[in-house]
Amino acid sequence: MSDTTSAVAATAAAEAIPKRAFDFRPLVLVAAIALIAWPVVGSSSTWLTLTIAGLAMGMIVFIAASGLTLVFGLMDVLNFGHSLFIALGAFVATTVFAGMGGAATAPSVASNLGVVAVAVLAAMALAGTIGLGFERLIVRPVYGQHLKQILVTIGGAIIGEELIKVVWGPAQIPLPPPEALRGSILLGEASVEKLRIVAVVIGLVVLAALLWTLNRTKIGLLIRAGVQDREMVESLGYRIRRLFVGVFAAGSALAGLGGCLWGMNQQIVIPQIGGQVNVLLFIVLIIGGLGSTVGCLFGALLVGLVTNYVGFLAPKLAMFSSIGLMVAILLWRPQGLYPVVNR
Amino acid sequence: MLTRLVSHDLPKSRWLALALVAIVVALALTPFVFPGTKALNVAAKVIVFIVLAASFDLLLGYTGIVSFAHTMFFGIGAYGIAIAATRIGPTWPALALGSACALAVSLVLSLVIGLFSLRVRAIFFAMITLAVASAFATLASQLSDFTGGEDGLTFKVPEALQPGTEYAAEPFLGASIDGRLATYYLIFVAALVLVLALLRIVNSPFGRVLQAIRENDFRAEAIGYRTVVYRTIASVVSALFATLAGVLLALWLRYNGPDTTLSFEIMLDVLLIVVIGGMGTIYGAVVGSVLLVLAQNYLQDLMKLGESAVQGVPVLAQIVSPDRWLLWLGILFVLSVYYFPSGVVGRLRQLGARKAGA
Repeated sequence: MSDTTSAVAATAAAEAIPKRAFDFRPLVLVAAIALIAWPVVGSSSTWLTLTIAGLAMGMIVFIAASGLTLVFGLMDVLNFGHSLFIALGAFVATTVFAGMGGAATAPSVASNLGVVAVAVLAAMALAGTIGLGFERLIVRPVYGQHLKQILVTIGGAIIGEELIKVVWGPAQIPLPPPEALRGSILLGEASVEKLRIVAVVIGLVVLAALLWTLNRTKIGLLIRAGVQDREMVESLGYRIRRLFVGVFAAGSALAGLGGCLWGMNQQIVIPQIGGQVNVLLFIVLIIGGLGSTVGCLFGALLVGLVTNYVGFLAPKLAMFSSIGLMVAILLWRPQGLYPVVNR
Repeated sequence: MLTRLVSHDLPKSRWLALALVAIVVALALTPFVFPGTKALNVAAKVIVFIVLAASFDLLLGYTGIVSFAHTMFFGIGAYGIAIAATRIGPTWPALALGSACALAVSLVLSLVIGLFSLRVRAIFFAMITLAVASAFATLASQLSDFTGGEDGLTFKVPEALQPGTEYAAEPFLGASIDGRLATYYLIFVAALVLVLALLRIVNSPFGRVLQAIRENDFRAEAIGYRTVVYRTIASVVSALFATLAGVLLALWLRYNGPDTTLSFEIMLDVLLIVVIGGMGTIYGAVVGSVLLVLAQNYLQDLMKLGESAVQGVPVLAQIVSPDRWLLWLGILFVLSVYYFPSGVVGRLRQLGARKAGA
């Protein structure tokens, strides 16, 4: 009896609070850019190849950036040391690939995917663990002080990059994809690299897991509430700091995963890899709106698509395409695609 | 007179004053006291970095915003000279034109970046400058027809500054009086003027507003200062000084390439200098530059000794290897942000204040 009344009350309350309509315009923008690029690129098969490459790159960047945006949203910490975890993930992948060389070169799809899975899990585990230590040692003493946060996390990134050089050496390490994932498959006339399909699939899985956690679990509810208004959540008795440590470690693990995929995508790993990706991540974060997960996704997809189209049409401008995109978006929405309220 | 010269911003510590005087005297007498090309090169690098770091301090220490594009403006200055000298020829008007163009480019770029990013949130500035600076570095190495690409540009300076130009037949106190020496003193005097000008700026009413914004931007805005305008002006001024530092460096090296001026390592060096020396003091840039450049040039020798001492110990030998000196500077950097937020200069001042109080 009481159950039904409370259920009725809950639905009544849910009806009383009107759900904010989802803003579809950024989604339309992503689709529009892809469609506009079609006639500009000319051939449909090239366009399809570029679009899938762009989506794969966007997914990888999104995976790496999602932790950064949550950490910023929750605790107002902008972690310039995020690049460290990306590099870490890529280097762990090289070790796993070298250690399981037999399975990676065997022409069996199952064992190849197994190697990728081991590399991904190892990268996430190590990056997550180091992320915990990083939070404790580097970030925790400087909560609430923006300037010091930037400086200290940059310092942490320097130390981390040097330690990576101590462990893996300063030279570049090739990271060839496993045998069965090399080459491409033909979709009609468009050739699509198999590795990119794997990246898109992993990206979709992570995206689904992330959205499910954020939207359907209590922890996700607390995280979203914390992003909106930290003090209010704390005053309700939840320790947001503990939650934050978890989010930081999870974000670092995701960065490790992103780095692992990025390294496989680039097929070569250098110690500066994190710094290179970090620039992209920041652009994506600014485009999407600092602290917003959905914005981060659309920002990453936009950057991935535009970089690939421009890289095909005018290779020299590829580096500037993402900055140009950022400027254009900021002119349209100065706070990013999905501004996080209350900040 | 001296007080007016440093804009009433005295070192406020006997040890700091002593150190500053020692640094200035040592830099002024380097050609005669420390013989050899290496010493002179190190001294010239110290001088250029003092200007570069002091101009960065205007942003980081006084205004409280972090820019990662400072080396970009440094590079623009150096490329301005390099391109003018290769395209037009090694004449004074060409150098003047090159510097003027570089200053104009820096002015426009810093204004655009500032207005774009500072309008929204100060933290955007750090991210956007990082992105723009890395794009600029890529651009500089791609436009090889214009900038010499990865190889950079080697060029001639006007005859008065060339090493072959002898001003006196006999060496004076062991140093030959040639164009190289003239270049050194040109850089020395220019740097002195620039640093004093920066001191003047940070101690002006404008500088006080910047410090107010650093302490509490909300309150500064409430009092009626447009924080966006002040922050943008600060970033433009700082960019212009960095450009001039780049001009000085190019004059000294007679070469410029992406690695000498645009690389992210130099940006880290500048950050280290300002933080270790002491943010928001200008004098910190002087002390920090001396420490860092000396460490860069001589600490590696020391680490080589250390490496040979622990040869054979697997991890330790790797960690003290001279290639890993950035690791130690990174640790020093993090520790100084935590424990000495006011840097060497702040520490020395506290020491003096405690003694005076006791």
